[in-house]
Amino acid sequence: MEIPILKQRDYLIASVQSVLTDEDLTNLRDRLVQQVGRFRSQGVILDVTGMDVMDSFAVRTLRDLAHMIRLRGATTVIVGIQPEVAFAMIQLGLRLKDVPTALDLEEGLAYLDRNKGKRTLPNHE
Amino acid sequence: MNDNKAKFGIGSGGSGSDKPGARASREIRIETKVLIKGVEDIVEARQKGRALAQELGFSMTQSTLVATAISELARNIVLYAKQGEIILAKVTNDTHRGIIITAADKGPGIANIQHALMSGYSSSGGLGLGLPGVRQMVDEFDIKSRPGEGTQVTALMWL
Repeated sequence: MEIPILKQRDYLIASVQSVLTDEDLTNLRDRLVQQVGRFRSQGVILDVTGMDVMDSFAVRTLRDLAHMIRLRGATTVIVGIQPEVAFAMIQLGLRLKDVPTALDLEEGLAYLDRNKGKRTLPNHE
Repeated sequence: MNDNKAKFGIGSGGSGSDKPGARASREIRIETKVLIKGVEDIVEARQKGRALAQELGFSMTQSTLVATAISELARNIVLYAKQGEIILAKVTNDTHRGIIITAADKGPGIANIQHALMSGYSSSGGLGLGLPGVRQMVDEFDIKSRPGEGTQVTALMWL
């Protein structure tokens, strides 16, 4: 199932509303990395509200996505991690490390607006 | 369906349980088996696991832990053995109810189990957190593997 990518101002917004397979997630990563260039986007918001589980594969893929987009000159912010998903991530020892997160879409937009042109995060490990 | 019932205890070498009496005699009833042949089956396995956990009365948070553990174990099957099975069972003893997740395959097996259970070790380029991560978040954990014959991982979570 292909996740729609919306363009809003200088940003791309992808909202996961259903359960994703590994392939759906890597497909989304690759499309976002491409479209950041096509639309000359400054930021990407990935809303993961609909993700039922964040296991080691999902976390690694999201980190890769954020770093790839950083290399393309834009900032990624992950929003919508649910409380129980956050709990399971910590129990499993999974960390998003230097990838910025925000509560929801609104906070994600505010984060990108604040950091526009700063080229800050994610930092090098 | 008597053949679905069996009495046994999982692993003697697991991470241990803090629930008193948890090692008393148990009744285990297999509820679902999900054949794992590819990544799309991972989703089915974890959804069935979540549904069973909720049916047993696990909270949303605990059910998400169950689903996450299944996702890790099912992915190991796809990555290393290509195919196998996730078996979901209810377990009860005198005082507690729980869920047992078994991931079984006839893949290449794990040559060095101690190594595979160490944080940071992975032979597939992953985070290396799959098995140790699952082990630390469940109440009991057991792994049996023989090179060339396959692997069976069992994880138990009490309600």
